[in-house]
Amino acid sequence: MPARASRPFLALLLTLLLIGPAPVSPAERPHAPPFYAIRNARIVPVSGPVIENGTIVLANGLITALGANVAIPPEAWVIDGKGLTVYPGLIDALTNLGLQAAAPAAATAVTTIEQALEQARRQPISQGPEDRPGTTPWESAADNLKLDDKRLESWRKAGFTAVVSAPDRGIFPGQAALIHTAGERANELVVKTPVALRMNLAPVGGFFSFPGSLMGVLSYIQQVFLDTARYTQAWATYEASARGLERPNYDRTLEPIRQAVANRWPVLIPATWAKEIHRALALAVQAGVNPILYGAHQGYEVADVLAARNVPVLVSLKWPEKDKDADPEAEEPLRVLRFRDRAPSTPAVLAKAGVKFAFYSDGIANPADILKNAKKAVDAGLAADAALRALTLSAAEIYGVADRLGSLEPGKIANLVVADGDLFAEKTKVKMVFIDGRKYEVREPSRPTEPPTVNLTGKWTITVNTPQGPQESTADLKMAEDGTLSGTLTGPRGTASLTTGWVSGNKFSFTVSIPMGPRTLDATYTGSVEGNKMTGTVSLGPMSVDFTGTRPQEEN
Amino acid sequence: MKRNHPNTGGTGLWPVLFIVFLAFGPPARAAHAQNPTVTVIQNATILTVTQGTIEKGSILIRDGKIAAVGRSVRVPAGATVIDATRHFVSPGIIDCHSHIAVDGGVNEGSIAVSSMVGIEEVIDPADIDIYRDLAGGVTSANVLHGSANPIGGKNAVIKLRWGKDAKGLLFAGAPPGIKFALGENPKRSNFQPPPGFPRRYPNTRMGVMDVIRQAFSEAREYRKRWQDYNRRKTAGEKNLIPPARDLKLEPLVEILEGKRLVHAHCYRADEILQLIRLAEEFGFKVATFQHVLEGYKVAKEIAAHGAGASTFSDWWAYKVEAYDAIPYNAALMTQKGVVVSINSDSAEEARHLNQEAAKTMKFGGLSETEALKLVTLNPAKQLRIDNRVGSIEVGKDADLVIWDKHPLSVYAVAQKVLIDGQVYFDRQKDIAQRAAIEKEKKALLEKEKPKKEEKKPEEKKPSATTQSPAEVQP
Repeated sequence: MPARASRPFLALLLTLLLIGPAPVSPAERPHAPPFYAIRNARIVPVSGPVIENGTIVLANGLITALGANVAIPPEAWVIDGKGLTVYPGLIDALTNLGLQAAAPAAATAVTTIEQALEQARRQPISQGPEDRPGTTPWESAADNLKLDDKRLESWRKAGFTAVVSAPDRGIFPGQAALIHTAGERANELVVKTPVALRMNLAPVGGFFSFPGSLMGVLSYIQQVFLDTARYTQAWATYEASARGLERPNYDRTLEPIRQAVANRWPVLIPATWAKEIHRALALAVQAGVNPILYGAHQGYEVADVLAARNVPVLVSLKWPEKDKDADPEAEEPLRVLRFRDRAPSTPAVLAKAGVKFAFYSDGIANPADILKNAKKAVDAGLAADAALRALTLSAAEIYGVADRLGSLEPGKIANLVVADGDLFAEKTKVKMVFIDGRKYEVREPSRPTEPPTVNLTGKWTITVNTPQGPQESTADLKMAEDGTLSGTLTGPRGTASLTTGWVSGNKFSFTVSIPMGPRTLDATYTGSVEGNKMTGTVSLGPMSVDFTGTRPQEEN
Repeated sequence: MKRNHPNTGGTGLWPVLFIVFLAFGPPARAAHAQNPTVTVIQNATILTVTQGTIEKGSILIRDGKIAAVGRSVRVPAGATVIDATRHFVSPGIIDCHSHIAVDGGVNEGSIAVSSMVGIEEVIDPADIDIYRDLAGGVTSANVLHGSANPIGGKNAVIKLRWGKDAKGLLFAGAPPGIKFALGENPKRSNFQPPPGFPRRYPNTRMGVMDVIRQAFSEAREYRKRWQDYNRRKTAGEKNLIPPARDLKLEPLVEILEGKRLVHAHCYRADEILQLIRLAEEFGFKVATFQHVLEGYKVAKEIAAHGAGASTFSDWWAYKVEAYDAIPYNAALMTQKGVVVSINSDSAEEARHLNQEAAKTMKFGGLSETEALKLVTLNPAKQLRIDNRVGSIEVGKDADLVIWDKHPLSVYAVAQKVLIDGQVYFDRQKDIAQRAAIEKEKKALLEKEKPKKEEKKPEEKKPSATTQSPAEVQP
């Protein structure tokens, strides 16, 4: 019977009508962001003067008004901003956030020569430029985003509402996208794609696979751009009069590079030392592309060249440090010592020369360290507002999205970070961020409410009883009156800042993020304190081991 | 800024001078010292190499070139005068085989023909070896790709202008070159790939020649493709798509056309003859045989081909193909009419090439001038830059070394080294700056230490090594 058969069909139709193809207008999205108004707040628009006691209104995911005297629409959810400062959402100008699966890092970590060889064996051997080694320019960050990358959340909590994310393996790893750090689905994160084509200059081969040297990489890149020019010309000739002409082959490697050249996509080129900056500039001229240089630690020496060439720069906030595995007895040359000393002065020198620059995290594991390291640039002479600009509007300008991001202006995307003080001050906490006008509160993880009965402030020598034997590290802790812990943990592999920490009664807990290969792992230390001794367990993923700690000094 | 010559200072000129002063500010003294347009070296024993030795002579340098050489040279007003009493002046040393100042590897060893790569793109102007070799009197160097491939990468001829950027080091006008290699290195005799990786072809000397022959056959075809295309284009044919440009083959076409110099690493007599035959078959010339330790066995053939030979003084037996070397090699080849140079192939050896050259006086009985030529005029000839450097003659670049003793003496130490008339190394300045450098290093290390609440009394530790002022520069 037809009537019977039509029943489920009708139900389906009804469902389709109710939930089906949603209108595109953001106002009518199923989860449209509500109206917000933050009032009585200090507002730092970056693009204009600070409003000491103002109101900012967000609607439909956009900023609609801000100022000292702004009418609050009746439908707005009002937030009292007393004691709070509102900034544009921060932008990390180059990362690989969202591009790594949440697989445990230990499985892929390469620590021995055998493992490195094994990894090399699995890769195809390239016997020349025609094998297109390390060349995947079709890879698009926007198309490969994975929301289970925990760093999206940790960056957001630190005030970063957007990042530029790019594939990072190979000579032409792929296309960068500007993405938000929050969203329901991967495609909602994407603000603009592609924003740049990324290039690396590290050899991908070795003595058995091309290219195994820097000059090999440079000549390879030159060959690829020559091939692209011919590919472009061949297709243009064919398209102009196909009849009677041999059809050129489609080439998935050259096609995105052809687009990059034709559409003037910026090309990200690494350059840390002055000589590398000269080299990268020459490469860009040779290839006929618009460069964005990244790294730039020795930019203090060549700021005038960069200014004259009007080339934008991404300054890595991972300031150079002495190699942890370096021979402690070896004498370092003065130019290396000077490099480490002067690298943080690069932003100030670039600013003075009029070079456009933004900051990027460059593998910093704990996002709290990004602002801390930006502060080092301020200590080395950069104006604080210029540092803020390098984390907001300048990044947006460099990537061509300043019409929608980077400052607090009516009509721009409602990306905000709200903090309880100056962003660069050590004690400031991010209270909430807004992304596309949606509010994300930054809450301290739940913890016991009992006030502390012990004071953990001081330097602790911590001994972790690992299966490989005891391992020592130093925790330099600071405890606030309410028991909140901050500070650093220094182990054989480096220093990490505490991401969270608390003391309650004589119990405590603190967490650090430890870089493990390309990923980071959280290590949480939990235990109790008696005088100058602590005992407890440290948990690292599924593992947990015991530790003890002592505080040798005269602290109480 | 323009230099104000003192001899323009007549009273009538004072108002003019005053205006100049106002317009340009006071003359920048530091800039003058660094960039003198006129310099005179006086009272020196001048080893010209081409025109004998001049006792108590002077050299006038104007705008980086030698303007006059002789017993009596008039000192122009305002010239910077360097007194070289009891000192010797020689042409700057030219190292015809160097691997200094290269970033990211000197070998693209992954493939048998790596002619697409070039040293010029990876010059590291901050490599301290530049300064150290400069302090040994080296003013120019032929920076070569390594010897892992039958046909290696393109070279870069540089001047050791310490402190300049990569571009500023290049010897403008020096003809381009390329590295070839024969024997054990390109056939990978002494380099086993790790398990799991295939051996690279070639594995024999026959294979090495096959690779070179194959490459030049491809290059001929490539040249023909382009010639055909250009012909059809000139004939007005429409909708032509040009052949693909190939960075590997372009330098080989340049060799065929005599526009690029071949510097061939080699050891054994047989492989030297092999390459001469192959080159003559394809109609090009080998500019230099490098190392060429058995060159004395085939010196006549090398001379007949018109190639130069760039060898070691007395370095041998470090591998099988180096067993038949003799220290008379340079002298014997010279006597057979080969243009011979002695090279370093090592940043350390380059610091005493003058001594390496002197050894040929003992082994083979070369004269002082002949010995000195091995590291000055002859390498200049081999690199086709002898119209610019290699001897002390009017019109040549003022690339000069002032020595405290005769440079062929083991006691000779370079005091000042000039390139293009500018002092790039000054031993007295170097010594004077060492203490300041140590102090700055100490301060920077102190600054890096994590700050402690309570400062421990500083330990005074004398520094074990001294740092040269070169460390100051990039």
